[in-house]
Amino acid sequence: MAAPRTVGDRSSWNLQNRSLLAASAFRTSLGDQASKGPRLQAQFLLSSLPNKSLRLVVPIWNRSTRGIRGLGGAVAPEGNQKKRTLLQFLSDHFYDVMALREFLLRMQMLKVHQKNRAFPHIEEKHGPYIAGAFFILKQGGAVKFRDKEWVRPNERGHFSLEFLQFQAVPVEAVDASGCNINYEGLNSLLALKELRSLSLRCCPHLDDWCLSRLHSLANSLEELSLAGCPRISERGLACLHHLQNLRRLDISDLPAVSNPGLTQILVEEMLPNCEVVGTNWAEGLKLGPEEQPQDTASPVPA
Amino acid sequence: MLRRALQLGWSRGLFIRRLGTRRGGSSLDWDGNISEIKKKIQSFLPGGTWNPLYDTSHLPPEQSDVVIVGGGVLGLSVAYWLKKLEKIQGGIRVLVVERDHTYSQASTGLSVGGIRQQFSLPENIQLSLFSVSFLRNINEHLAVVDAPPLDLQFNPSGYLFLASEKGAAIMESNVKVQRQEGAKVCLMSPEQLRNKFPWINTEGVALASYGLEDEGWFDPWCLLQGLRRKVQSMGVLFCQGEVTRFTSSSDRMKTASEKEVILKRIHEVHVKMDNSLEYQPVECAIVINAAGAWSGQIAELAGIGKGLPGTLQGTKLPVEPRKRYVYLWHCPQGPGLEAPLVIDSSGAYFRREGLGNNYLGGRSPTEEEEPDPGNLEVDHDFFQDKVWPPLAQRVPAFETLKVCLVECPSASAGT
Repeated sequence: MAAPRTVGDRSSWNLQNRSLLAASAFRTSLGDQASKGPRLQAQFLLSSLPNKSLRLVVPIWNRSTRGIRGLGGAVAPEGNQKKRTLLQFLSDHFYDVMALREFLLRMQMLKVHQKNRAFPHIEEKHGPYIAGAFFILKQGGAVKFRDKEWVRPNERGHFSLEFLQFQAVPVEAVDASGCNINYEGLNSLLALKELRSLSLRCCPHLDDWCLSRLHSLANSLEELSLAGCPRISERGLACLHHLQNLRRLDISDLPAVSNPGLTQILVEEMLPNCEVVGTNWAEGLKLGPEEQPQDTASPVPA
Repeated sequence: MLRRALQLGWSRGLFIRRLGTRRGGSSLDWDGNISEIKKKIQSFLPGGTWNPLYDTSHLPPEQSDVVIVGGGVLGLSVAYWLKKLEKIQGGIRVLVVERDHTYSQASTGLSVGGIRQQFSLPENIQLSLFSVSFLRNINEHLAVVDAPPLDLQFNPSGYLFLASEKGAAIMESNVKVQRQEGAKVCLMSPEQLRNKFPWINTEGVALASYGLEDEGWFDPWCLLQGLRRKVQSMGVLFCQGEVTRFTSSSDRMKTASEKEVILKRIHEVHVKMDNSLEYQPVECAIVINAAGAWSGQIAELAGIGKGLPGTLQGTKLPVEPRKRYVYLWHCPQGPGLEAPLVIDSSGAYFRREGLGNNYLGGRSPTEEEEPDPGNLEVDHDFFQDKVWPPLAQRVPAFETLKVCLVECPSASAGT
């Protein structure tokens, strides 16, 4: 059954499939709720659910670190198995090793904060648009002013400063893919009041809290892409309903979303005027007996 | 005779075998033996409390600078901040006494888990803003080396308060205070409400206040586990027991304005172990009462409330356990993903739970209809009579719903 192309077809088609997907989601969530008697067990279930997504978060968090700096824990790359247990042994038995590892962990977090600091002197001198553009370019993203070309940093991270003259020109599109932008960093981004297209693909530190801030861009934002962000779940997607002018939303490949097919249908219902590009809607649906692929070559039906 | 001798022989053999078992298990239980020996050695090495006469490993330490009564989310946060703000490492010794390590009756695990900034007192708003920034950066605050990061499952969907004509003026002044403190709240008219949430019936609603950011609900159990993990790694001692007595001393002193007061100081806390009469007196300097619904009882133990009525000593701590019902229902045509936590002017509230069209909700009963907290039975009539009618009137889709689960968390409420 091909996905409908126009927005109009969607509503009736959604209703059919939503009930199927909702039933399976309901059963799993009820399974967690029903075992509330032995509370520990139920909560273990609930808390173990996001573990699968956590496994994907941790390696991206310490992508640039090795050995002693690693968070270890949930994910241990196979090659480092022996190193990890030695480190863990040392941490358990020596306070100094533990303190050193905690220090390195804090340094890692400080680095992300450092990257997300604002530039108040640029904002005073040139205005919020230039400050926002400078922030994005510094992070490694690309910026497009209205009626101008895309400004991108080169491989070494350097970019031309000629955009400093475009003080009154609003920023139309931002491509912040792969940037280390987090909640504080969004301050600079949200100052761009006339932003029409925002691409936040594969941002490792973008989470549900950040999505709740996007409502201030509701008047102008028409295109948003969140594909591949490891920390975004369906709970953050729920606060995208403020963006009523949105025409295109990309929520494919979100590992932390528990039920991608159902989430896509619910988001489509939430934003009726928007084209939602996501995963295959049939993910999570089990084929009925009459829809099983018939293998005519074999003597026994599949 | 022969049979008797044989019996004696048998019983002697059994007696000998019984002696063998009394010696401490068969030799096949090698791992168990090793761990017991290790425990004994550790107990008399320096650093542990050792009593040569009997095993005291289950008892709390004999001295502790601070004793926190209650190991729920508040008690653990106090322990966390005490340890975080100590100037030298190991400078302050903190003991957390928790009666029930499964937290089966604690408000923490059973709460709906909402956080909001829509209060009327500026202090409450500031506290909430601080909590929100703590929760947002929880993986930096509660980071433990070699442990996976916490996922609080925060839903930033916001709170929606609905006010009738009577409460509209109060709501407006409250929102003004909230915005002054920095909370992102907006006021909505009934028409704006209908545009944004078409599933609401705005009859009787004069004004609505909606939290745009930093409001929503999360998983409090995850927060509790994260705090426990971090606090244990910081060196806070835990003990499973119940506080039964405070030993205090009183002094007559004069204040700076030459007024005579009686200064009372707590010296010891008696912590009683589970299922036994054994107790350990813990010498302490400060006792923190974080017992949640039972704080009133702990305060009474300390003598708060025992005095002449009308004086400070005679005023009891106004906290007592209250019973609240939380219902989980399924409604296939209900509000979608964007539904915030809606609180009606009648006091009934609901929020979305998960993706399968399930909703969680309840209602705070009025003073007269307070249910008896001693009895933990659930009241289904309460739902039929008090919760469902206002909700069905507010959200017409809730006319057809099916209740799945009823819970009875005992919340503590200030009277």
